[in-house]
Amino acid sequence: MRIKGRVWKYGDNVNTDVIFPGKYTYSIFDEGEMAKHALEDLDPSFSKDVKAGDIIVAGKNFGCGSSREQAAICLKAAGVSAVVAKSFARIFFRNAINAGLWAITNDKVQDMVEKWDTVEIDLEKGEIIVCDRRLRFQPYPEQIKKIIEAGGLIPYIKSSTKRRRQ
Amino acid sequence: MGKTAVEKIFSKRLSRDIAAGEIVVVKPDFVLSHDNTAAIIDHFRELGVKQIENPEQPVIILDHTVPASTSKYANNHKKIREFVVEQKLSHFFDIGEGICHQVLAEQGFAVPWSIVLGADSHTTTYGALGAFSTGIGRKEVAAIWATGELWLRVPETIRFVITGRFQPYVLPKDLALYIIGKIGADGALYKSVEFTGETVENMSIASRMTLSNMSVEMGAKNGFCDADEKTASFLGIDRITPILPDPDADYEQVIDIDASTIPPMVAKPHTVDNVSPVDDVEGIKIDQVFFGTCTNGRVEDFEIAARILRGKKVARSVRVLAFPASRKVLLELVKRGIYETLVESGVVMMNPGCGPCLGAHEGVLADGELCLSTANRNFKGRMGNPESSIYLASPATAAASAITGVITNPQEMRR
Repeated sequence: MRIKGRVWKYGDNVNTDVIFPGKYTYSIFDEGEMAKHALEDLDPSFSKDVKAGDIIVAGKNFGCGSSREQAAICLKAAGVSAVVAKSFARIFFRNAINAGLWAITNDKVQDMVEKWDTVEIDLEKGEIIVCDRRLRFQPYPEQIKKIIEAGGLIPYIKSSTKRRRQ
Repeated sequence: MGKTAVEKIFSKRLSRDIAAGEIVVVKPDFVLSHDNTAAIIDHFRELGVKQIENPEQPVIILDHTVPASTSKYANNHKKIREFVVEQKLSHFFDIGEGICHQVLAEQGFAVPWSIVLGADSHTTTYGALGAFSTGIGRKEVAAIWATGELWLRVPETIRFVITGRFQPYVLPKDLALYIIGKIGADGALYKSVEFTGETVENMSIASRMTLSNMSVEMGAKNGFCDADEKTASFLGIDRITPILPDPDADYEQVIDIDASTIPPMVAKPHTVDNVSPVDDVEGIKIDQVFFGTCTNGRVEDFEIAARILRGKKVARSVRVLAFPASRKVLLELVKRGIYETLVESGVVMMNPGCGPCLGAHEGVLADGELCLSTANRNFKGRMGNPESSIYLASPATAAASAITGVITNPQEMRR
Protein backbone atom coordinates (compact mmCIF):
# COMPACT_ATOMS: atom_id res chain seq x y z
CA MET A 1 0.00 0.00 0.00
CA ARG A 2 1.26 3.47 -0.90
CA ILE A 3 0.08 6.88 0.16
CA LYS A 4 0.97 10.21 -1.34
CA GLY A 5 0.15 13.67 -0.09
CA ARG A 6 1.03 17.31 0.48
CA VAL A 7 3.14 18.22 3.49
CA TRP A 8 2.15 20.27 6.50
CA LYS A 9 5.38 20.90 8.41
CA TYR A 10 5.63 21.45 12.17
CA GLY A 11 8.33 21.45 14.87
CA ASP A 12 9.12 19.53 18.06
CA ASN A 13 6.79 18.71 20.99
CA VAL A 14 3.48 19.36 19.22
CA ASN A 15 1.22 18.56 22.19
CA THR A 16 -2.32 17.23 22.24
CA ASP A 17 -3.66 20.51 23.68
CA VAL A 18 -2.70 22.40 20.53
CA ILE A 19 -3.86 19.51 18.33
CA PHE A 20 -7.27 19.32 20.02
CA PRO A 21 -7.92 21.87 22.81
CA GLY A 22 -9.08 20.51 26.19
CA LYS A 23 -12.09 22.82 26.21
CA TYR A 24 -13.70 20.63 23.54
CA THR A 25 -12.82 17.22 24.99
CA TYR A 26 -16.11 16.65 26.82
CA SER A 27 -18.43 18.58 24.52
CA ILE A 28 -17.57 17.44 20.96
CA PHE A 29 -18.23 13.81 20.05
CA ASP A 30 -18.82 14.04 16.30
CA GLU A 31 -15.65 13.27 14.32
CA GLY A 32 -16.50 15.74 11.56
CA GLU A 33 -16.90 18.42 14.21
CA MET A 34 -13.55 17.39 15.78
CA ALA A 35 -11.86 17.89 12.39
CA LYS A 36 -12.92 21.54 12.36
CA HIS A 37 -10.79 22.17 15.48
CA ALA A 38 -7.74 20.14 14.42
CA LEU A 39 -4.50 21.96 15.29
CA GLU A 40 -6.55 25.03 16.21
CA ASP A 41 -4.09 26.48 18.72
CA LEU A 42 -1.00 25.77 16.61
CA ASP A 43 -2.06 26.60 13.06
CA PRO A 44 -5.53 28.09 12.53
CA SER A 45 -5.12 27.76 8.74
CA PHE A 46 -4.87 23.96 8.96
CA SER A 47 -8.53 23.05 9.27
CA LYS A 48 -9.46 25.51 6.51
CA ASP A 49 -6.89 24.37 3.95
CA VAL A 50 -6.33 20.67 4.73
CA LYS A 51 -7.14 18.26 1.89
CA ALA A 52 -7.80 14.54 2.02
CA GLY A 53 -4.51 12.66 1.84
CA ASP A 54 -2.31 15.41 3.31
CA ILE A 55 0.65 14.30 5.41
CA ILE A 56 1.87 15.97 8.60
CA VAL A 57 5.66 16.02 8.99
CA ALA A 58 6.94 17.01 12.42
CA GLY A 59 9.90 16.92 14.78
CA LYS A 60 10.33 14.94 17.97
CA ASN A 61 7.77 13.94 20.60
CA PHE A 62 4.69 14.52 18.41
CA GLY A 63 1.45 14.20 20.42
CA CYS A 64 2.92 14.68 23.90
CA GLY A 65 0.69 15.60 26.83
CA SER A 66 -2.85 14.44 27.47
CA SER A 67 -4.00 10.96 26.48
CA ARG A 68 -6.96 12.42 24.61
CA GLU A 69 -7.72 10.20 21.66
CA GLN A 70 -9.40 13.02 19.75
CA ALA A 71 -5.93 14.34 18.88
CA ALA A 72 -5.46 11.36 16.58
CA ILE A 73 -9.11 11.17 15.54
CA CYS A 74 -9.41 14.85 14.54
CA LEU A 75 -6.38 14.55 12.23
CA LYS A 76 -7.71 11.39 10.65
CA ALA A 77 -11.19 12.94 10.29
CA ALA A 78 -9.64 16.05 8.70
CA GLY A 79 -8.27 13.79 5.98
CA VAL A 80 -4.66 13.40 7.12
CA SER A 81 -3.33 10.11 5.74
CA ALA A 82 -0.18 9.87 7.86
CA VAL A 83 1.95 11.67 10.42
CA VAL A 84 5.70 11.34 9.92
CA ALA A 85 7.70 12.50 12.95
CA LYS A 86 11.17 12.18 14.43
CA SER A 87 9.49 10.52 17.42
CA PHE A 88 6.03 10.14 18.91
CA ALA A 89 4.74 10.42 22.48
CA ARG A 90 3.72 6.89 23.39
CA ILE A 91 -0.01 7.35 24.07
CA PHE A 92 -0.48 9.33 20.85
CA PHE A 93 1.31 6.56 18.96
CA ARG A 94 -1.13 3.95 20.33
CA ASN A 95 -4.10 6.25 19.74
CA ALA A 96 -3.06 6.83 16.13
CA ILE A 97 -2.92 3.11 15.40
CA ASN A 98 -6.21 2.57 17.22
CA ALA A 99 -7.82 5.36 15.18
CA GLY A 100 -6.51 3.96 11.89
CA LEU A 101 -3.97 6.74 11.34
CA TRP A 102 -0.45 5.86 10.10
CA ALA A 103 2.18 7.18 12.54
CA ILE A 104 5.61 6.77 10.99
CA THR A 105 8.91 7.42 12.71
CA ASN A 106 11.80 8.83 10.69
CA ASP A 107 14.37 11.34 11.93
CA LYS A 108 15.38 12.85 8.55
CA VAL A 109 12.21 13.75 6.67
CA GLN A 110 11.37 16.87 8.69
CA ASP A 111 14.73 18.45 7.86
CA MET A 112 14.29 17.76 4.13
CA VAL A 113 10.79 19.02 3.37
CA GLU A 114 8.90 22.29 3.24
CA LYS A 115 5.19 22.97 3.45
CA TRP A 116 3.29 21.83 0.34
CA ASP A 117 6.09 19.50 -0.85
CA THR A 118 4.78 16.11 -1.93
CA VAL A 119 5.80 13.00 -0.02
CA GLU A 120 5.09 9.39 -0.93
CA ILE A 121 5.10 6.52 1.55
CA ASP A 122 5.42 2.83 0.71
CA LEU A 123 3.97 1.09 3.73
CA GLU A 124 4.96 -2.41 2.63
CA LYS A 125 8.61 -1.67 1.94
CA GLY A 126 8.97 0.86 4.74
CA GLU A 127 10.11 3.68 2.46
CA ILE A 128 9.41 7.39 2.37
CA ILE A 129 10.11 9.02 -0.98
CA VAL A 130 11.12 12.67 -0.68
CA CYS A 131 12.46 14.55 -3.72
CA ASP A 132 13.66 11.31 -5.33
CA ARG A 133 15.41 10.18 -2.18
CA ARG A 134 14.25 7.00 -0.47
CA LEU A 135 14.34 7.02 3.32
CA ARG A 136 13.79 3.88 5.36
CA PHE A 137 11.46 3.30 8.29
CA GLN A 138 10.66 0.15 10.22
CA PRO A 139 7.48 -1.25 8.60
CA TYR A 140 4.71 -2.13 11.03
CA PRO A 141 4.23 -5.76 12.01
CA GLU A 142 1.28 -7.46 10.27
CA GLN A 143 -0.92 -7.34 13.37
CA ILE A 144 -0.63 -3.55 13.64
CA LYS A 145 -1.12 -3.08 9.88
CA LYS A 146 -4.36 -5.04 10.16
CA ILE A 147 -5.63 -2.73 12.90
CA ILE A 148 -4.88 0.40 10.85
CA GLU A 149 -6.27 -1.06 7.63
CA ALA A 150 -9.48 -2.10 9.42
CA GLY A 151 -9.92 1.57 10.30
CA GLY A 152 -8.80 1.27 13.92
CA LEU A 153 -9.07 -0.90 17.01
CA ILE A 154 -12.85 -0.98 17.33
CA PRO A 155 -13.61 -2.11 13.75
CA TYR A 156 -10.65 -4.51 14.01
CA ILE A 157 -11.95 -6.23 17.17
CA LYS A 158 -15.43 -6.35 15.67
CA SER A 159 -14.23 -8.00 12.48
CA SER A 160 -11.90 -10.42 14.27
CA THR A 161 -14.54 -11.59 16.75
CA LYS A 162 -16.92 -12.06 13.81
CA ARG A 163 -14.31 -14.19 12.03
CA ARG A 164 -13.82 -16.28 15.16
CA ARG A 165 -17.55 -16.91 15.41
CA GLN A 166 -17.82 -18.05 11.77
CA MET B 1 21.94 -10.00 35.26
CA GLY B 2 19.44 -8.36 37.54
CA LYS B 3 16.06 -6.96 36.66
CA THR B 4 14.51 -3.50 36.62
CA ALA B 5 11.30 -2.83 38.57
CA VAL B 6 9.05 -3.23 35.53
CA GLU B 7 10.84 -6.42 34.47
CA LYS B 8 10.24 -7.82 37.97
CA ILE B 9 6.58 -6.78 38.04
CA PHE B 10 5.84 -8.32 34.63
CA SER B 11 7.91 -11.45 35.35
CA LYS B 12 5.93 -12.08 38.51
CA ARG B 13 2.62 -11.41 36.80
CA LEU B 14 3.29 -13.74 33.87
CA SER B 15 5.27 -16.34 35.87
CA ARG B 16 8.18 -16.30 33.44
CA ASP B 17 11.33 -14.28 32.78
CA ILE B 18 10.40 -11.01 31.10
CA ALA B 19 12.92 -8.53 29.72
CA ALA B 20 12.47 -5.00 28.37
CA GLY B 21 11.36 -4.94 24.75
CA GLU B 22 8.99 -7.89 25.01
CA ILE B 23 5.36 -7.45 24.06
CA VAL B 24 3.07 -9.03 26.62
CA VAL B 25 -0.67 -9.42 27.02
CA VAL B 26 -1.88 -8.68 30.55
CA LYS B 27 -5.10 -8.47 32.47
CA PRO B 28 -4.73 -5.20 34.39
CA ASP B 29 -5.95 -5.29 38.00
CA PHE B 30 -7.93 -2.13 37.42
CA VAL B 31 -8.71 0.14 34.51
CA LEU B 32 -9.46 3.77 35.22
CA SER B 33 -11.63 6.24 33.35
CA HIS B 34 -13.20 9.56 34.32
CA ASP B 35 -15.57 11.94 32.52
CA ASN B 36 -14.27 10.38 29.30
CA THR B 37 -16.23 7.24 30.27
CA ALA B 38 -19.14 8.72 28.28
CA ALA B 39 -17.12 8.41 25.05
CA ILE B 40 -15.77 4.99 26.08
CA ILE B 41 -19.35 3.73 26.49
CA ASP B 42 -19.95 4.59 22.80
CA HIS B 43 -16.87 2.61 21.74
CA PHE B 44 -17.95 -0.30 23.94
CA ARG B 45 -21.44 -0.33 22.40
CA GLU B 46 -19.88 -0.24 18.93
CA LEU B 47 -18.07 -3.48 19.75
CA GLY B 48 -21.44 -5.16 20.15
CA VAL B 49 -20.47 -6.72 23.50
CA LYS B 50 -23.33 -6.83 26.01
CA GLN B 51 -21.54 -7.27 29.34
CA ILE B 52 -18.25 -5.97 30.68
CA GLU B 53 -15.92 -8.97 30.99
CA ASN B 54 -15.06 -8.22 34.61
CA PRO B 55 -17.29 -5.69 36.44
CA GLU B 56 -14.67 -5.52 39.24
CA GLN B 57 -12.02 -4.19 36.85
CA PRO B 58 -13.30 -0.70 35.86
CA VAL B 59 -12.79 2.18 38.28
CA ILE B 60 -14.82 5.21 37.20
CA ILE B 61 -14.29 8.56 38.93
CA LEU B 62 -15.97 11.80 37.80
CA ASP B 63 -13.52 14.67 38.22
CA HIS B 64 -12.77 16.62 35.04
CA THR B 65 -15.86 18.83 34.71
CA VAL B 66 -17.42 18.64 38.17
CA PRO B 67 -20.00 19.79 39.01
CA ALA B 68 -21.31 20.03 35.44
CA SER B 69 -21.25 23.57 34.09
CA THR B 70 -23.07 22.85 30.83
CA SER B 71 -25.97 20.59 29.84
CA LYS B 72 -23.53 18.58 27.69
CA TYR B 73 -21.37 17.77 30.71
CA ALA B 74 -24.48 16.99 32.78
CA ASN B 75 -25.72 14.62 30.09
CA ASN B 76 -22.32 12.88 29.96
CA HIS B 77 -22.41 12.34 33.73
CA LYS B 78 -25.98 11.02 33.56
CA LYS B 79 -25.06 8.59 30.80
CA ILE B 80 -22.14 7.30 32.91
CA ARG B 81 -24.28 6.86 36.05
CA GLU B 82 -26.88 4.88 34.07
CA PHE B 83 -24.19 2.68 32.53
CA VAL B 84 -22.70 1.94 35.96
CA VAL B 85 -26.10 0.69 37.15
CA GLU B 86 -26.78 -1.26 33.93
CA GLN B 87 -23.42 -3.05 34.05
CA LYS B 88 -23.50 -3.51 37.85
CA LEU B 89 -20.04 -1.96 38.17
CA SER B 90 -18.51 -2.11 41.65
CA HIS B 91 -16.22 0.92 41.68
CA PHE B 92 -17.90 4.20 40.83
CA PHE B 93 -17.13 7.57 42.46
CA ASP B 94 -19.44 10.45 41.68
CA ILE B 95 -18.62 14.18 41.65
CA GLY B 96 -17.16 15.50 44.86
CA GLU B 97 -14.90 12.57 45.72
CA GLY B 98 -11.92 14.16 44.01
CA ILE B 99 -9.36 13.78 41.25
CA CYS B 100 -9.28 10.27 39.82
CA HIS B 101 -5.60 9.64 40.59
CA GLN B 102 -5.89 10.77 44.19
CA VAL B 103 -9.12 8.85 44.82
CA LEU B 104 -7.88 5.67 43.15
CA ALA B 105 -4.76 5.76 45.33
CA GLU B 106 -6.64 6.58 48.56
CA GLN B 107 -9.09 3.76 47.92
CA GLY B 108 -6.25 1.25 47.73
CA PHE B 109 -6.73 0.11 44.12
CA ALA B 110 -3.05 0.61 43.30
CA VAL B 111 -0.73 -1.54 45.43
CA PRO B 112 2.87 -2.70 45.04
CA TRP B 113 3.26 -5.22 42.15
CA SER B 114 -0.14 -4.34 40.70
CA ILE B 115 -0.85 -3.26 37.11
CA VAL B 116 -3.25 -0.36 36.60
CA LEU B 117 -4.10 1.16 33.22
CA GLY B 118 -6.16 4.28 32.69
CA ALA B 119 -7.56 6.57 30.02
CA ASP B 120 -5.55 9.48 31.36
CA SER B 121 -1.91 10.32 30.81
CA HIS B 122 -1.27 10.95 34.52
CA THR B 123 -2.07 7.33 35.35
CA THR B 124 1.72 7.15 35.91
CA THR B 125 0.98 8.53 39.41
CA TYR B 126 0.61 5.07 41.05
CA GLY B 127 4.24 4.25 40.35
CA ALA B 128 4.68 6.08 43.68
CA LEU B 129 3.06 3.05 45.36
CA GLY B 130 5.26 0.45 43.66
CA ALA B 131 2.70 -0.31 40.93
CA PHE B 132 3.12 -0.41 37.16
CA SER B 133 0.65 2.10 35.84
CA THR B 134 0.32 3.98 32.59
CA GLY B 135 -2.05 5.89 30.35
CA ILE B 136 -3.86 4.37 27.38
CA GLY B 137 -6.50 5.56 24.91
CA ARG B 138 -10.28 5.49 25.21
CA LYS B 139 -10.72 2.77 22.59
CA GLU B 140 -8.25 0.62 24.51
CA VAL B 141 -10.31 0.96 27.67
CA ALA B 142 -13.38 -0.17 25.70
CA ALA B 143 -11.33 -3.14 24.47
CA ILE B 144 -10.32 -4.02 28.06
CA TRP B 145 -13.95 -3.76 29.21
CA ALA B 146 -14.82 -6.23 26.44
CA THR B 147 -11.91 -8.65 26.73
CA GLY B 148 -10.32 -8.00 30.15
CA GLU B 149 -6.84 -7.63 28.62
CA LEU B 150 -4.48 -5.48 26.56
CA TRP B 151 -1.02 -5.76 24.99
CA LEU B 152 1.88 -3.74 26.35
CA ARG B 153 5.54 -3.41 25.48
CA VAL B 154 7.74 -3.80 28.55
CA PRO B 155 9.77 -0.58 28.61
CA GLU B 156 13.49 0.02 29.08
CA THR B 157 14.38 1.93 32.23
CA ILE B 158 16.21 5.08 33.25
CA ARG B 159 17.23 5.04 36.92
CA PHE B 160 17.55 8.27 38.87
CA VAL B 161 19.64 8.14 42.04
CA ILE B 162 18.68 11.19 44.07
CA THR B 163 20.66 12.13 47.16
CA GLY B 164 20.99 15.16 49.41
CA ARG B 165 18.55 17.25 51.41
CA PHE B 166 16.31 19.83 49.80
CA GLN B 167 16.99 23.48 50.60
CA PRO B 168 14.20 25.16 52.61
CA TYR B 169 11.09 25.77 50.49
CA VAL B 170 12.36 23.49 47.73
CA LEU B 171 9.81 20.75 47.06
CA PRO B 172 9.52 17.56 44.99
CA LYS B 173 7.82 19.65 42.28
CA ASP B 174 11.04 21.64 41.90
CA LEU B 175 12.97 18.38 41.59
CA ALA B 176 10.53 17.13 38.93
CA LEU B 177 10.84 20.37 36.93
CA TYR B 178 14.63 20.27 37.31
CA ILE B 179 14.78 16.71 35.95
CA ILE B 180 12.44 17.49 33.04
CA GLY B 181 14.52 20.56 32.18
CA LYS B 182 17.65 18.42 32.27
CA ILE B 183 16.47 15.53 30.08
CA GLY B 184 13.74 17.26 28.03
CA ALA B 185 10.04 16.66 27.38
CA ASP B 186 10.98 13.53 25.44
CA GLY B 187 13.97 12.57 27.60
CA ALA B 188 12.28 9.41 28.86
CA LEU B 189 10.06 8.68 25.86
CA TYR B 190 8.61 5.11 26.03
CA LYS B 191 10.77 4.42 29.11
CA SER B 192 10.08 3.52 32.67
CA VAL B 193 11.81 5.82 35.14
CA GLU B 194 12.84 4.67 38.61
CA PHE B 195 13.25 7.25 41.35
CA THR B 196 15.71 5.88 43.92
CA GLY B 197 18.14 7.18 46.53
CA GLU B 198 17.90 8.55 50.05
CA THR B 199 15.99 11.68 49.02
CA VAL B 200 13.16 9.57 47.62
CA GLU B 201 13.29 7.14 50.55
CA ASN B 202 12.83 10.09 52.91
CA MET B 203 9.86 11.42 50.95
CA SER B 204 6.21 11.06 51.93
CA ILE B 205 3.89 9.13 49.62
CA ALA B 206 2.32 12.45 48.58
CA SER B 207 5.73 13.73 47.48
CA ARG B 208 6.51 10.54 45.59
CA MET B 209 3.14 10.89 43.85
CA THR B 210 4.25 14.32 42.59
CA LEU B 211 7.36 12.76 41.03
CA SER B 212 5.53 9.79 39.50
CA ASN B 213 2.79 12.08 38.23
CA MET B 214 5.25 14.41 36.48
CA SER B 215 7.18 11.55 34.89
CA VAL B 216 4.79 11.55 31.91
CA GLU B 217 5.96 15.12 31.25
CA MET B 218 9.37 13.69 30.33
CA GLY B 219 7.63 11.16 28.05
CA ALA B 220 7.83 8.24 30.50
CA LYS B 221 5.51 5.27 30.49
CA ASN B 222 5.86 4.60 34.19
CA GLY B 223 7.35 6.50 37.15
CA PHE B 224 8.38 4.03 39.81
CA CYS B 225 9.25 4.52 43.50
CA ASP B 226 9.76 1.35 45.51
CA ALA B 227 7.33 0.36 48.25
CA ASP B 228 8.35 0.61 51.92
CA GLU B 229 6.75 1.02 55.34
CA LYS B 230 5.35 4.42 54.28
CA THR B 231 3.56 2.70 51.41
CA ALA B 232 2.17 0.12 53.84
CA SER B 233 0.96 2.79 56.21
CA PHE B 234 -0.62 4.82 53.36
CA LEU B 235 -2.47 1.73 52.14
CA GLY B 236 -3.38 0.63 55.67
CA ILE B 237 -1.80 -2.79 55.35
CA ASP B 238 0.60 -4.56 57.70
CA ARG B 239 3.19 -6.03 55.44
CA ILE B 240 4.53 -5.12 52.08
CA THR B 241 6.91 -6.92 49.73
CA PRO B 242 9.08 -4.31 48.04
CA ILE B 243 9.95 -4.80 44.37
CA LEU B 244 13.69 -4.18 44.96
CA PRO B 245 14.93 -3.49 41.42
CA ASP B 246 18.50 -4.74 41.00
CA PRO B 247 21.21 -2.08 40.70
CA ASP B 248 23.00 -4.34 38.17
CA ALA B 249 19.94 -4.57 35.89
CA ASP B 250 20.27 -3.47 32.27
CA TYR B 251 19.48 0.23 32.79
CA GLU B 252 19.56 2.35 29.72
CA GLN B 253 20.92 5.22 31.79
CA VAL B 254 21.66 5.93 35.44
CA ILE B 255 21.46 9.60 36.35
CA ASP B 256 22.73 10.95 39.68
CA ILE B 257 21.10 14.05 41.08
CA ASP B 258 22.13 16.06 44.13
CA ALA B 259 18.86 17.49 45.46
CA SER B 260 20.69 19.98 47.72
CA THR B 261 21.81 22.01 44.69
CA ILE B 262 18.29 22.54 43.26
CA PRO B 263 16.71 25.99 43.74
CA PRO B 264 12.97 26.71 43.46
CA MET B 265 12.15 26.19 39.77
CA VAL B 266 9.52 27.25 37.24
CA ALA B 267 8.50 25.97 33.82
CA LYS B 268 7.92 28.91 31.51
CA PRO B 269 5.34 29.00 28.69
CA HIS B 270 4.58 26.91 26.64
CA THR B 271 6.44 23.65 27.38
CA VAL B 272 7.17 21.83 30.63
CA ASP B 273 10.88 21.45 29.80
CA ASN B 274 11.31 25.22 29.38
CA VAL B 275 12.53 25.53 32.97
CA SER B 276 14.60 28.03 34.89
CA PRO B 277 15.28 28.90 38.52
CA VAL B 278 12.54 31.12 39.97
CA ASP B 279 15.19 33.81 40.50
CA ASP B 280 15.52 34.24 36.72
CA VAL B 281 11.87 35.20 36.28
CA GLU B 282 11.26 37.01 39.58
CA GLY B 283 9.06 40.07 39.35
CA ILE B 284 6.87 38.94 36.44
CA LYS B 285 3.32 40.10 37.17
CA ILE B 286 0.69 37.38 37.63
CA ASP B 287 -3.11 37.56 37.37
CA GLN B 288 -4.11 34.20 38.82
CA VAL B 289 -2.65 31.52 41.08
CA PHE B 290 -3.94 27.96 40.83
CA PHE B 291 -3.36 25.52 43.70
CA GLY B 292 -4.32 21.90 43.24
CA THR B 293 -4.36 19.06 40.65
CA CYS B 294 -3.12 15.48 40.71
CA THR B 295 0.40 16.95 40.89
CA ASN B 296 0.10 19.25 43.90
CA GLY B 297 -3.36 19.06 45.46
CA ARG B 298 -2.51 17.03 48.56
CA VAL B 299 -2.43 17.95 52.24
CA GLU B 300 1.32 18.68 52.41
CA ASP B 301 1.01 20.99 49.39
CA PHE B 302 -1.67 23.12 51.08
CA GLU B 303 0.16 22.89 54.40
CA ILE B 304 3.27 24.61 53.01
CA ALA B 305 1.08 27.16 51.20
CA ALA B 306 -0.75 27.91 54.46
CA ARG B 307 2.54 28.24 56.34
CA ILE B 308 3.58 30.99 53.90
CA LEU B 309 0.13 32.64 53.74
CA ARG B 310 -0.65 32.57 57.47
CA GLY B 311 -1.48 36.06 58.72
CA LYS B 312 -0.94 37.56 55.28
CA LYS B 313 -3.27 38.57 52.45
CA VAL B 314 -3.02 37.66 48.80
CA ALA B 315 -2.34 40.64 46.53
CA ARG B 316 -5.47 42.50 45.41
CA SER B 317 -4.38 42.17 41.80
CA VAL B 318 -4.37 38.35 41.94
CA ARG B 319 -7.19 35.80 41.93
CA VAL B 320 -6.12 32.74 43.92
CA LEU B 321 -8.02 29.47 43.43
CA ALA B 322 -7.49 26.28 45.42
CA PHE B 323 -8.85 22.81 44.60
CA PRO B 324 -8.13 20.02 47.12
CA ALA B 325 -7.34 16.75 45.32
CA SER B 326 -10.02 14.78 47.18
CA ARG B 327 -12.75 14.87 49.77
CA LYS B 328 -10.30 13.23 52.17
CA VAL B 329 -7.72 15.95 51.55
CA LEU B 330 -10.39 18.63 51.99
CA LEU B 331 -11.45 17.15 55.33
CA GLU B 332 -7.84 17.11 56.53
CA LEU B 333 -7.44 20.78 55.54
CA VAL B 334 -10.49 21.60 57.64
CA LYS B 335 -9.32 19.53 60.63
CA ARG B 336 -5.85 21.05 60.66
CA GLY B 337 -7.03 24.64 60.30
CA ILE B 338 -5.34 24.96 56.92
CA TYR B 339 -8.67 25.66 55.24
CA GLU B 340 -9.32 28.58 57.60
CA THR B 341 -5.85 30.05 57.03
CA LEU B 342 -6.29 29.93 53.28
CA VAL B 343 -9.78 31.46 53.36
CA GLU B 344 -8.60 34.25 55.69
CA SER B 345 -5.72 35.09 53.38
CA GLY B 346 -8.11 35.59 50.47
CA VAL B 347 -7.87 32.25 48.66
CA VAL B 348 -11.05 31.13 46.84
CA MET B 349 -11.64 27.56 48.07
CA MET B 350 -13.19 25.33 45.42
CA ASN B 351 -14.49 21.75 45.37
CA PRO B 352 -12.32 18.62 44.96
CA GLY B 353 -11.68 17.96 41.28
CA CYS B 354 -9.43 18.88 38.35
CA GLY B 355 -10.56 22.52 38.30
CA PRO B 356 -9.11 24.75 35.57
CA CYS B 357 -6.15 22.45 34.76
CA LEU B 358 -7.53 21.29 31.42
CA GLY B 359 -9.39 24.40 30.37
CA ALA B 360 -12.83 22.82 30.16
CA HIS B 361 -14.48 24.99 32.84
CA GLU B 362 -13.74 27.28 35.82
CA GLY B 363 -10.92 29.76 36.26
CA VAL B 364 -10.41 30.50 32.56
CA LEU B 365 -7.91 33.30 31.89
CA ALA B 366 -8.51 36.47 29.87
CA ASP B 367 -6.41 37.42 26.83
CA GLY B 368 -2.89 38.38 27.81
CA GLU B 369 -3.26 37.11 31.39
CA LEU B 370 -0.74 34.97 33.22
CA CYS B 371 -1.38 32.15 35.68
CA LEU B 372 1.12 30.67 38.12
CA SER B 373 0.00 27.10 38.53
CA THR B 374 0.93 24.06 40.60
CA ALA B 375 -0.37 21.79 37.81
CA ASN B 376 1.67 19.69 35.39
CA ARG B 377 1.15 21.35 32.01
CA ASN B 378 1.67 24.85 30.63
CA PHE B 379 0.87 24.19 26.97
CA LYS B 380 -0.58 27.02 24.89
CA GLY B 381 -4.34 27.12 25.44
CA ARG B 382 -4.17 24.47 28.18
CA MET B 383 -6.33 26.47 30.59
CA GLY B 384 -8.88 27.36 27.93
CA ASN B 385 -7.44 30.46 26.26
CA PRO B 386 -4.53 30.33 23.79
CA GLU B 387 -4.02 34.07 24.35
CA SER B 388 -2.99 33.50 27.98
CA SER B 389 0.14 31.95 29.45
CA ILE B 390 0.98 29.58 32.29
CA TYR B 391 4.04 29.21 34.52
CA LEU B 392 4.36 25.99 36.55
CA ALA B 393 5.84 26.02 40.04
CA SER B 394 5.69 24.44 43.49
CA PRO B 395 2.98 25.29 46.04
CA ALA B 396 5.57 27.27 48.03
CA THR B 397 6.48 29.45 45.05
CA ALA B 398 2.77 29.83 44.22
CA ALA B 399 1.99 30.96 47.80
CA ALA B 400 4.84 33.46 47.97
CA SER B 401 3.84 34.87 44.58
CA ALA B 402 0.16 35.10 45.58
CA ILE B 403 1.18 37.52 48.35
CA THR B 404 3.41 39.74 46.22
CA GLY B 405 1.43 39.58 42.96
CA VAL B 406 4.61 38.83 41.04
CA ILE B 407 6.65 35.64 40.62
CA THR B 408 8.59 35.36 43.88
CA ASN B 409 11.19 32.98 45.30
CA PRO B 410 9.59 31.52 48.45
CA GLN B 411 13.01 31.43 50.13
CA GLU B 412 12.77 35.23 50.36
CA MET B 413 9.79 34.84 52.69
CA ARG B 414 12.16 33.44 55.30
CA ARG B 415 14.62 36.32 55.11
